[in-house]
Parts: sequence; structure tokens; C-alpha cells
Amino acid sequence: MTHGTDRTGRNPRRSTMTAVVLFGVAGGMVGLAFASVPLYQLFCQVTGFGGTPQIAVGGTAEAPVSDREITVSFDSNTDPDLPWQFRPAQRKMTVRLGEPNLAHFTAENLSGQPITGQATFNVTPYKAAQYFVKTACFCFDEQTLQPGQHVDMPVSFYVDPEIENDINAREVTDITLSYTFFRAPDDTDPATGTGARSAEAPKAETSPKG
Amino acid sequence: MADAQTTVHEQDHHDHHDHTPTGWKRWVYSTNHKDIGTMYIVLSIIAALIGGVMSWTIRLELAEPGIQFIDDNQLYNVFVTAHGVLMIFFVVMPGLIGGFGNWFAPLMIGAPDMAFPRMNNISFWLLAAALVLIVMAGLTGGGPGTGWTLYPPLSSATFNSTPAVDLAILSLHVAGASSILGAINFITTILNMRAPGMTLHRMPLFVWSMLVTAFLLLLAVPVLAGGLTMLLTDRNFGTTFFAPEGGGDPILWQHLFWFFGHPEVYIMIIPAFGIVSQIVSTFSKKPVFGYLGMAYAMCSIGVIGFVVWAHHMYTVGLNVNTRAYFVLATMVIAVPTGIKIFSWLATMWGGSIDFKTPMLFATGFIALFVVGGVTGVVLSNAGMDVALHDTYYVIAHFHYVLSIAAVFALFAGFYYWIGKMSGRQYPEKLGQLHFWITFIGVNVLFFPQHFLGVAGMPRRIPDYPDVYAGWNMVSSIGAGITAFGTLLFLVVVWRTLAAGRKAEANPWGIGATTLEWTVTSPPPFHTFDDLPKIGGAQPAE
Repeated sequence: MTHGTDRTGRNPRRSTMTAVVLFGVAGGMVGLAFASVPLYQLFCQVTGFGGTPQIAVGGTAEAPVSDREITVSFDSNTDPDLPWQFRPAQRKMTVRLGEPNLAHFTAENLSGQPITGQATFNVTPYKAAQYFVKTACFCFDEQTLQPGQHVDMPVSFYVDPEIENDINAREVTDITLSYTFFRAPDDTDPATGTGARSAEAPKAETSPKG
Repeated sequence: MADAQTTVHEQDHHDHHDHTPTGWKRWVYSTNHKDIGTMYIVLSIIAALIGGVMSWTIRLELAEPGIQFIDDNQLYNVFVTAHGVLMIFFVVMPGLIGGFGNWFAPLMIGAPDMAFPRMNNISFWLLAAALVLIVMAGLTGGGPGTGWTLYPPLSSATFNSTPAVDLAILSLHVAGASSILGAINFITTILNMRAPGMTLHRMPLFVWSMLVTAFLLLLAVPVLAGGLTMLLTDRNFGTTFFAPEGGGDPILWQHLFWFFGHPEVYIMIIPAFGIVSQIVSTFSKKPVFGYLGMAYAMCSIGVIGFVVWAHHMYTVGLNVNTRAYFVLATMVIAVPTGIKIFSWLATMWGGSIDFKTPMLFATGFIALFVVGGVTGVVLSNAGMDVALHDTYYVIAHFHYVLSIAAVFALFAGFYYWIGKMSGRQYPEKLGQLHFWITFIGVNVLFFPQHFLGVAGMPRRIPDYPDVYAGWNMVSSIGAGITAFGTLLFLVVVWRTLAAGRKAEANPWGIGATTLEWTVTSPPPFHTFDDLPKIGGAQPAE
């Protein structure tokens, strides 16, 4: 029997050390779970995973490098909690690879209060997302609209010519850029005084009894 | 091995000086691994009956097209959810890990108890509290109708606004804490408290299975805890981890959940591998074929189990390269699993096989696990899975591996060890009858669900078109047969405890070579006060 072992083979000090290490491992895994939130975001941004387009703020496209044309369609959605009308000014654009483009969306606040909204975005097909580069977009910031205000929201983008060199993405001829406008999480509704994502707001419409 | 056994000291006469607690204090304050194991097994049986009643209600509803008696869809969702949560967290895990693991891992390595007996007590009572919480969740505000996977946005405050989901999350949190503490206890015990001579490579395979399972728990469950915390704050405190309106992503939940969820299925099946290995060896009267291969097959299943999670998510829009990777990685698991299956068969090959009830359940396990494993390989193909996703084919697959195989291992372990645990041997004829009725019942119950799934019948819906009527009726009849088998099991438990003949220390003869058979049945309150010495060159399987 080794030093520190009692008659029944217990070695309290060694056991405590093992347990401390194991508690550390468990705590580390909880930490990793939370670290996965920013890591996952980073991963999506770097790889275009799940249709996350590339962002190059202040970057510019070079001249068109190819005569290859791609049709870009625009799609807009508005969360029911946000009383805005939000739609693209043009349904489709035909762009050449590497060519800088400017597309417009329009938004109007239909309510009587100033409201702050934030748009999320997504590109399909997913495999084209890493070649879809946005250089400026209204979706990068929160937007506040005064009652009845009608604004033009521009987005500038280009399609990276590198798409020609990707054997999986080369076949893409149509790309859809989709936006969904939500009420900003910290925007409070003056009518009810509750936050946009408060648990109380939607309760009325979801009865537990189907 | 026989020579390992002969060097073990007689343990029976060392407990005369012990102060054994009696009455309710013996159980509530228990720090004894055997008593805590018994409490886990009792909890597992109680939860199995609650979860079983839910599944039989579901099958009654599904016996015919149209709505029979569950006219409230939310109630149906709650039954589906609670059945899953109960069976996973409160039946299979406590039965295999908390129950048999607590009872036999220390005995098999010659340890006097678990490393942290008080922590063991906390683990059990946390789980009991979690069971109360999940039952409360089912009775609160219409219940949690989210499925056991708790996918947002369905589990968000918008679509399940009642506190039922919060209670369910809390229950899983508490059950998770119990599992993590239990895992730390098992690892510490197995690493530090083996008797002299009991090297890692001489440990019985059941102890190996507990070690691998405990590591899986330690690495996987905290990730669930993290995800559940995010879900809880999303629901109650306005965070947006999984809500796109705040920049979150509901798919992130699926990644976190399945990073836990896939190891979780191995957490449920690897202890079953361990039990089946012991039983096949005992009743074939041969050492396990390929002992090291068996041990490291479990280790590699555990490792690979952490890198295949997205095969549960083929339809969320992963790109083709990602899917290709997950298909490949998933299929690789078939290799160590195949090693285990063939090693069991090779153990039986040429053995003097004695088909007592535990061996019947163990061979039943092998046969049915192969069926579930093969449909698993089918589903691992991303292309096939897109068609079969969320159909009854998936239901049939995971019930073959979990509901049938893992539960067969529970029954096998029960019959194998009940003489040791209670001191009374089960009635052999009744046990064999229980096996055959259950074997027929579960196959009639689940095999037709493959046909329904291939025909496109979706999961989680209480109604279906008339075209699926025939096989659903067959399946429900199978559920009836299984229910009868379960009643018979309760009769077996009653006959065993009330009128079972006294079990000797080793009722199984020369095949049973592990240390638990060297102590009396039931074992004295304290075992191995003096350490057994393990000799012999061969592993002690």
C-alpha cells in the first residue's frame, strides 16, 4: 500500500485531487458551451456557413473582371411585432462578377411612435454566401424611424469573382439576398411599456390548450 | 479468472463490528453504494411505469386513424415530451449507471465503497428532485409540449409561454448536476480505488463501460447545462442566444443540444455493452473474446461519439461538404460496434451456453441491437435521412437501440444480479416467460414502424391518414403484449422478493469470475474492509 492509503485502500488526498481536476473539466465544458456562441458566429462569418454573407466595410470592388452574369433577387420580411412596411425597391438585378452594385430597400413606420428596428440577413444558396460581399448596408446598424417616416435603405455589394474557381459554387446563376426586420431587442414599446421580447406580450395568442 | 478468485479473502465475517443504520435513516442519509444503487433501481422502475403508461396511451391513441380520446394536441405533445425525458433521464440512466453501476462497479474492483459516499447520496437525491420537477412540469399550465429536444423557437416564450417549460429545463438542469457529480464519483473510484493487482487492463468490462460512460457524462452534460441556461435566459430575461431578432440563431441550440445529445445515446448504451459482456461470458463459461478489443472499442465509440452530432441535423441546411463529413464519421462508428458484436458472438462460439433468463435477454440484446444498428447506418446517409427525417423510421430505429436494446440490458442485469442484490433468486420459468413475451411484444410493436416510416408517416402527430391504419394497429397490439410483459415483470419482482429461494454467493457456476460473486448474497453492508488481492496474468473478466 502506498503512503497515505488507509486500511480499505482509500487515499483521500489523491481522490480529492482527481475530483478537483474532474470538476475543472466539467466547468470548462460549461465555459466552452458559452464560448460557442461567439465562436459559432465567427465561424459562420469566416466560412459563409448557413448563408452568412461576407462583410467588407469600406472595402471596394475592383472593376468587373468577368462577363459572367449572376441574377441577384431581393427578399424582405418583417416581424409581426414591428409595424413597418419594408420592401425592396427592385426585385432583381443582373450583376457581373466583381462589379460594385447598389440596391435599395424602402421602409415606412406605419405606427404612431418612433421605433427602432434591426435587420438580419441571409444569402441563399448557402454555398454562394462566402462570395457575396457587402461593403455597406443598413443592416449593419439599428435603424430608428419616426412615426410615418419613409426612408430609403441602400445596400452596396459585389459578387466575388473567386466564385468561378469554386467547383461547388461555380454553377450558381441566381443568388437571393434576404432580410428580416425585427424590432430591436432593447426597443421598448411605449404603448405597453414592455420590451420587444418580453414574455408577456405574446401570451394572449398562445393558449396552452391546443 | 478462477485463480483470481482463490486469492480473494473471505469477506463474510468482517461486518460484525459495523454500525449499520436502520429504518428511514438507512435510506435517506445513505452513503452506502449498495443502498444508493437499490434506490436508483427503485426510482428507475417507478419512472419506467409512469413513462410506460404515457407510451401506452400514445399507442392507444394511434391504434386507429382519427382522434380516439386525446382531443387536446398539447396534451399529446406533453405525453411525447415527458415519455422521452422520463425514459432517458429517469429510467435508462439511473437504472444502468446509478443502479447497477453503483452496486457493482465498486464490488468488481474490490473497493469498499465509492470514493465520495456523501456526494453519491447527493447525486441520488438531486435526481429524485428532478423527477418531482418533471412531473410538476407535466401538471403545470398545460405541460411542456416541446419534445425532449426543446428546439427553439418552439420552446421559446412565444410558443410555449407557460412555466411548464421552465420547470422542465430546471428538471434537466438538476438531473444534469446529479449526472456530473455521479460521473466524477465513478471516475475517481475507478481510477483510485482498485484493489491491488486490479490493473486497468484486468478490470471487468462492466467497469470499463462505467469508466467510459462517466467520461462521456463529464464532457457532454455540462454542454447541455450551458445550452439550457441560455434557453432559460432567452425565455425569461430577454437574452437572444437563439432568437434571430437579437442576432441569435436557433440552429446554435441544435448544435449545442446534439453535441450533448449524441454522446448521451452512448451514455445509455455503453453500460448496456458492459452488462452484456459480463453475462455472455458468464453463461458461455468462457472469458470474453478479445477483451482489450472490447475495452478499446468502447473507448473509441465514446471518442467518435463526440464528432458526429450534426447527423441529427441533416435537414437544417448544412452544406454538402459538412454533410459528407458527418456521414463518414457516423459510419465509422459501425466499426468498433461491429468489433463488439463479433466479439460477443466469438465468446459464445464453442462455449457451453446456458440459456438462463439473463443470457436470453443478453442474446436478445445483441440481435435487436444489430437491427437498430443497421437502420442507424441507413439513417446516417444524409440523402436517405432527408427522406426519412422525422418519420416513424427514426422512431423505430432509436427504439430498437434504446427502448429495446438498453431496456433488455436493464432486464438482463436485473436477472443476473437480483440474487446478489436481494439474496433471493428469481423464478426461472417466470423469467423466461417474461423474456419471450417481451421479445415478441417489442418486435410486433416496433418493426412495423419501419414500414410506416418508409411510407412517410410523420412523428409527433396524434392522427394520420387511413393509409397507415393497418401497421399502426399491429404496432399498438405489440404495445399491448409489451404491457402484459411488464406486468409479468412486476409479478417476477414480487415472487422473487416474497418467495425466491435463497441465492448462494455464486449461483452461476464457473463462468462467473468477477469479484461480486466472491461475497455473500446479499453482500454484507460493508464489503472489502480488507482489500482483496487480485492475481493471475489474465484479465478478470
